Amino acid sequence: MRFLFKTDYEDDIRLFPHSGYFVSYGLLLAVLLIAPYVLSSYVMSQLVFVCIYATVGVALLILTGFTGQASLGHAAFLAIGAYTAAYLQKYGVPFPVYFLAAGLLTGLIGALVGFPALRLQGIYLVIATISFAFIVEEILARWESVTNGNEGMRIKAVSLFGVAVSRDSPTFYFLCLAVLVLTIVGTLNLLRSPTGRAFVAIRDSETAARSMGVNVALYKVKSFAISAAITGFAGVLFAHKLSFISPEMFTLQLSIEFIIVILIGGAFSLHGAVLGAIFIVMIDPFLTYLKDDMPGIIAGIAATFGAGTQAAANVQSKVATFASLNGLKGAIYGIIIVLFVLFEPLGLYGRWLKIKLFFQLFPLYKRATFKRQKIYVKSERNR
Amino acid sequence: MLDFVQQLVSGVALGCVYGLIALGFVLVYKATEVVNFAQGDLMMLGGFFAFTFIGMMGLNYWIGFAGAVAAMALFGMLAERVVVRPILGYPQFSIIMATIGLGYFLRSVSGMIWGTDDFKIDTPFSQGVLRIGSLVLADDKLSVIAATAILCTLLWLFFNKTTLGTAMRASSENMLAAYYMGIPVKRVVSIVWAISAAVATCAGVLLAPITFIHSNVGLVLGLKAFPAAVLGGFGSIPGAVVGGVLIGVIESMAGFYLAEGWKDVAPYIVLLAVLLLKPEGLFGLHVRKKV
Repeated sequence: MRFLFKTDYEDDIRLFPHSGYFVSYGLLLAVLLIAPYVLSSYVMSQLVFVCIYATVGVALLILTGFTGQASLGHAAFLAIGAYTAAYLQKYGVPFPVYFLAAGLLTGLIGALVGFPALRLQGIYLVIATISFAFIVEEILARWESVTNGNEGMRIKAVSLFGVAVSRDSPTFYFLCLAVLVLTIVGTLNLLRSPTGRAFVAIRDSETAARSMGVNVALYKVKSFAISAAITGFAGVLFAHKLSFISPEMFTLQLSIEFIIVILIGGAFSLHGAVLGAIFIVMIDPFLTYLKDDMPGIIAGIAATFGAGTQAAANVQSKVATFASLNGLKGAIYGIIIVLFVLFEPLGLYGRWLKIKLFFQLFPLYKRATFKRQKIYVKSERNR
Repeated sequence: MLDFVQQLVSGVALGCVYGLIALGFVLVYKATEVVNFAQGDLMMLGGFFAFTFIGMMGLNYWIGFAGAVAAMALFGMLAERVVVRPILGYPQFSIIMATIGLGYFLRSVSGMIWGTDDFKIDTPFSQGVLRIGSLVLADDKLSVIAATAILCTLLWLFFNKTTLGTAMRASSENMLAAYYMGIPVKRVVSIVWAISAAVATCAGVLLAPITFIHSNVGLVLGLKAFPAAVLGGFGSIPGAVVGGVLIGVIESMAGFYLAEGWKDVAPYIVLLAVLLLKPEGLFGLHVRKKV
């Protein structure tokens, strides 16, 4: 186990606290860079979605994880980014320009949403962001001259330096990866700056932050704007990846999915956003796999345990019927959320930290290290 | 003018529907400070229970109704025991997520059991209409209005006049202190979930002739009832009904007088406006924390 001897405040906020970080993140980056030449195009497509979801996850982490402002309206920000891109592309605006414009516009709208949110707490903020998302969804469906209404909009491939980049090409994957990496590095830098510390102070106690001289209103609006802008960037990539957007893609369901990303990943660290994104993108292929292969596997198991051919076939058909039930995906989603909230509140990244600590302290690991504290005296009404 | 009155009345009827569901939200919030996003889905499940008892087993309407309420009260206790109790005392956000998860689960499981069709329950109120002058009001809507008024009064009395109600308010303010005062907090929370599931079932059964029952009805109506509860100030029982009625009236007025599309957003626009001016809703308590 490595002990870091810190002699300076700089040591506390270093991006790479020790050389091990260079090795592990360098390896990860290398793997990600050679991935498109090794993996199948289906997996690559999933990886692009992971990048996009992780970008939104990071955006949501800034707002929810670090500033403590819940939002169930991020699908709307994603939609604004996507539609800005689609609209500007129609008029021949080049990619870098509309990419930035989408981020700027979304950030501006995010700040506008942030202003009313200043006075709102907890559940009231959640409902305000839901309302905002509904209003945006309805505007997208009705403002036909710009958004083409419920018919949706098509988006041509990205053209970078005059070359069209297909949404399945490695270049597009690199673009998404670059956006994700830049977002993460930018966020890390933001979080170790005075702004980031103000965010965390607001999350921990607004009253305390205010009495320490933090301009709570300003930083809340900043947090909303930054979070929305990043989501807007992700929206551009999302639109290009799907190549077709329509209002019913950006529903409350999507906002909830984003929350699930950070909930399952772990809402206290940027690692969580990436892990959660991997989880949520992989859940669909996994369910398809279950549907296709599980009946056979279970029947095989039944056969090895001495079930006759007839019984095994019976089991297989039963499992197949169960696996192809309509709402199975929703039920599994629900169970996963509840299980994570109940048993793994720190998410996948928290689990990883626990495993790491277990090996570091090998015979001395205590469960209680990660025990959450219950706060029964909590009435969130008077704060 | 007659149009206006007719719209007003049907808006009030619709609003009572929202208010009835919002009552469940408020109940759980008032007693435990937990926001139950699965409230709409409890309503849906209650409707399905009643459909099973009345439509499929052929019981008498009132017996089936009572059976569904009792079954759902037990179910509410079960849900509380399994999902909510282990995380009581943790930040509100985790509990919200847990109830969202519970909602997902209930929706898809009831879709698996009862299928995705619309179901209808034959009620004693299905046919008749009430005429006042040239105003027409269907009996099923009247039944919703009456039930909302009755339930609201009963719950208000319960919270303000009975010992158990006072215990509930106490445990919502400060669970630990309530526990020291000898209030069995766990049992109180369990009871409140039972009551709110029962209220949700009443809503579900009364709505069955109007909106029909399908596995998504809880989500659709829940998303309207939720703003109603917020509009009224989340912790206030009369507020929930007032908020519901306001949302209902706004919706039906917007549907009648404004262009298409306003109907669905108007309640949310009004809600945002109210929250801007009064962040605690219309009847909410405003208490500032002192350092």
